[in-house]
Amino acid sequence: MNPNTSSVPDALPDFRNLGVAARILVGVNLAAVVAAAIKATTFAQLVSEFLDIALVVEPTLIASLAVLSVASPWLAKLPYVIGLATVSAVVLVLTSGVAFLRASVDAEPLGIIRAGGFALLATALLASYFHLRSRAFSPALAEARLQALQARIRPHFLFNTLNAVLSLVRKDARRAEAAIEDLAELYRMVMADTKNLTTLARELDLTRQYLNLEQLRLGERLIVDWQIAEAPRDALVPPLLLQPLVENAVYHGIEPGIEPGTIVIAIRRDKDRVHLKLTNPYHPEHQHRQGNRIALANIRERLALHFDVEGVLESGVKGSSYEIRMTMPYRRAAPHTVPGEREAA
Amino acid sequence: MGEGDRMTAQPPLRVFLVDDEQPARERMREVLGDLAVELPNLVVGEAANGQEALAALPALAPDVVLVDIHMPQMNGMEFARHLAILETPPAVVFVTAHDQYAIEAFEVNALDYLLKPVRAARLAGALAKARATGAVSRDAVDRAAVQAGQVPRRFFSAGERGKILLVPVADVVYLKAELKYVTVRTADKEHLLEEALTSLEQEFTGIFVRIHRSCLVARRRIRGFERVTDEDGEGAGWAVILEGVPEKLPVSRRQWPTIKALASG
Repeated sequence: MNPNTSSVPDALPDFRNLGVAARILVGVNLAAVVAAAIKATTFAQLVSEFLDIALVVEPTLIASLAVLSVASPWLAKLPYVIGLATVSAVVLVLTSGVAFLRASVDAEPLGIIRAGGFALLATALLASYFHLRSRAFSPALAEARLQALQARIRPHFLFNTLNAVLSLVRKDARRAEAAIEDLAELYRMVMADTKNLTTLARELDLTRQYLNLEQLRLGERLIVDWQIAEAPRDALVPPLLLQPLVENAVYHGIEPGIEPGTIVIAIRRDKDRVHLKLTNPYHPEHQHRQGNRIALANIRERLALHFDVEGVLESGVKGSSYEIRMTMPYRRAAPHTVPGEREAA
Repeated sequence: MGEGDRMTAQPPLRVFLVDDEQPARERMREVLGDLAVELPNLVVGEAANGQEALAALPALAPDVVLVDIHMPQMNGMEFARHLAILETPPAVVFVTAHDQYAIEAFEVNALDYLLKPVRAARLAGALAKARATGAVSRDAVDRAAVQAGQVPRRFFSAGERGKILLVPVADVVYLKAELKYVTVRTADKEHLLEEALTSLEQEFTGIFVRIHRSCLVARRRIRGFERVTDEDGEGAGWAVILEGVPEKLPVSRRQWPTIKALASG
């Protein structure tokens, strides 16, 4: 297995992710409320019991999350079982530490063992929850992939492109060759396994190959403004993140117009986040097609799968253009996996 | 056409190409060139969109038009509908890369089509058939357009002195039936259409609304209403005030509740 692509099944959750942290916080506190409710008979008792538990639980929880989030990149490289054991050990040590401090105040001899037991139980429950959750998402992923295959790269595009390539064969054989190579590469990427994250560099190459082919048949009607000088080429992104959106931009923004239109692709990194912006001319009379919504839903789903609440996609009409904005956490791929900057141009 | 020996005496088939993609037009020329021995033909002109084509085409008198379906502003099916108002319209063969709905509609209505990339043999067959059968009927194209969900049109077309005049639907204030014609009124002109008001009403539901047995008005041009005496002097009725034209049009008693609800809603 390639160590620098995070595969979905049997992996620890990414503890740096806000969504994951939120789920852990809510889960543990809910367990604390349940524990308090078992002991308490009145509401006042419930509150005091909960506060009592919270005194040990909250510092442990916050300390554990802090340690795990720092260790997350390293944890992700471990095999699942060893990673899980490491997480449990971290939680156990921190719980014991907090309980020990508290015991020195309260002098409650059994406290440390009890606290440790409960912490392990909570860890096991949460681990199985995250495990089940990733499992539950896997069929959705398979389906999303199938959908991607069927909905992406419209037949309309394939046949028109083949027709345009045929027009080159007799008078410009070299361009025809290059176009067929682009087409082959494009389909190879589209049909590849889309389960794992890929690099932004690869996604940009794919998009460029696609646009080369569109340029062939649309000529000067298609203008592309690449604003990617500050794009983090080593960022990990879901595969087929950009190309389907650009294909939609061509279909809805360029093809319905007689005048030339511009597609802007702007990508930049802002500390630990990657921002993508895509704009195309908006033709209000050409919006009755479902394709765009399916593509957006598909990409939104995959962003949520890989980045939970930190993967955001927004879209809307701004004046005379249609704009899509995406934000996701910046995760770096290992250096040797990033294709060079057009090394053999 | 048709005199003497068919194999030798026929003049070359005059072909006009309409496609928004320049390489697609080039490819079609190549394939037509390959067919020149078997089926003499001459490309008399080409256009990148429907409007350009309708402007250039009548003077060139082609026998066949090869038209792409998926085009900006005016698609191939709408183009064919406007073409049908010419006195001697050319035969039409539709070309498409992939358009399931349109293909089904063509098959049902016996219209000829070609799939891109176009094969020489298939093109030869379509051209021979087009030469034999001539222009497609306006009805067939209309039905196919409805079936493929390609209504309403973006333009009305009026035949004026052998030319096709396009009137953007968005410019029209009202449509009025007069004998066998329909008058189209824009802010500054009037044109005559050879169409039926009822079918126009159906095609443009939501854009035009009937105010009278013989009149449809553009919904977004309605500015207000005024009380008037009926034409026949029998009590008072209402007239609609429209943006862009001075005349006020009477609303029939039967239509008044609908129009009133529309205006207040």
